[in-house]
Amino acid sequence: MTASEVLAARQIVKSYGNSPALSGVSLSAARGDVLAITGPSGSGKSTLLLCLAGILRPDAGEVCFAGQRIDTASESARSALRRREFGVLFQFGQVVPELTAQENVALPLLLSGVRRREAMTAARSWLDRFGVADLGDQRPPQMSGGQAQRVAVARAMVTEPEVLFADEPTGALDTLAGEQVLGQLTRVAREAGTTVLLVTHDAQVAAYADREIVIRDGLVDGTAAVPGPSAGQHRAYT
Amino acid sequence: MSVGFALLGLLAEGQRHGYDLKQQYQRRFPAAKPVAAAQIYATLDRLFRDGLVAPAVTERVAGPDRIVFAVTDPGRTELDRWLSEVETPAEYVANVLAMKVTLALLVAGESVAADFLRRQRKAHLERMREYTRVKTDPHADVLRVVAADYAINHLDADLRWIDTTLQRVAHLAKELRQ
Repeated sequence: MTASEVLAARQIVKSYGNSPALSGVSLSAARGDVLAITGPSGSGKSTLLLCLAGILRPDAGEVCFAGQRIDTASESARSALRRREFGVLFQFGQVVPELTAQENVALPLLLSGVRRREAMTAARSWLDRFGVADLGDQRPPQMSGGQAQRVAVARAMVTEPEVLFADEPTGALDTLAGEQVLGQLTRVAREAGTTVLLVTHDAQVAAYADREIVIRDGLVDGTAAVPGPSAGQHRAYT
Repeated sequence: MSVGFALLGLLAEGQRHGYDLKQQYQRRFPAAKPVAAAQIYATLDRLFRDGLVAPAVTERVAGPDRIVFAVTDPGRTELDRWLSEVETPAEYVANVLAMKVTLALLVAGESVAADFLRRQRKAHLERMREYTRVKTDPHADVLRVVAADYAINHLDADLRWIDTTLQRVAHLAKELRQ
């Protein structure tokens, strides 16, 4: 591990029943990296993200955060990690419709035991950084898709995570709204030194990242599968 | 793109001399191939001959005299006609990328084609990153953003083709192995 390495995967293998999703993927991300993980539908890129975020356990291989194995950590340890060190953002931000924007953003802090007044102040400041401070008292059904997604990004960043995992974060938005979300997300993450792993099938989204890893057929493009029964059905075509 | 109409448009924005036009051309169309000074002057001569531009002032500075050109009324009419005219979509869209892959598959094999496509993808995405940085620069004005968007979308079309072709080449390789 290098001094600045935050997240590393070594030879991850993951199958769903008899269907291999990942056949031996290795990658490394340094602090502050904005890294795009791209590939066609069904290539395994979302599974990779879930393994890296400690949501799924790989069948084989290692996932390390700050030098510590997380794939073998207990469920409670991984859950704590996701609460404190990781931010997760999906295509549909999954903001809670009954809560205001400010309450939505404050939620991860409240769940971590931060006092309400403090959490709400922090939420206000993060909404401001994403240009939606004026929406603080509004609820998601009153917002446009782009506004709701900016609230979701603010919520993912409010705990000041080391790593932000984003899976097709603008997939449900039109081009201009998506552009605004991506521009703000990458700018704020770079300012905060947050490592971003951005899963996308869209090259225009990947171009916001500093570098790209292409996943095809469960492998980093151009690499070979690790030997083993679960990897047997995947072969790189080189 | 016709340099003549580009110069007419820039002169309609404000009268300029040849050197100034060259600078403005690069400012307004940063993604376009730079145009040589000789071509600017040759085009101005032609536009003048056709009555579309006319000398407005002669500027005398330290060096030689500079003729400042302005658009004439017929020039403005011609420009407006061109601005509203639909461009015929290109009939032949094959380019060197597609040609290389076709020839690679014919004479060098699918691994050469796939390797070329992967490296080309990297080069295209790097260029797309450059335009994305231009676009996301907080100081970028709308004209730069529009030009960057155009370049990004054209690169994206190539990238989609590269990805699809990589998948087709992979299938072809599998079929050949079976």
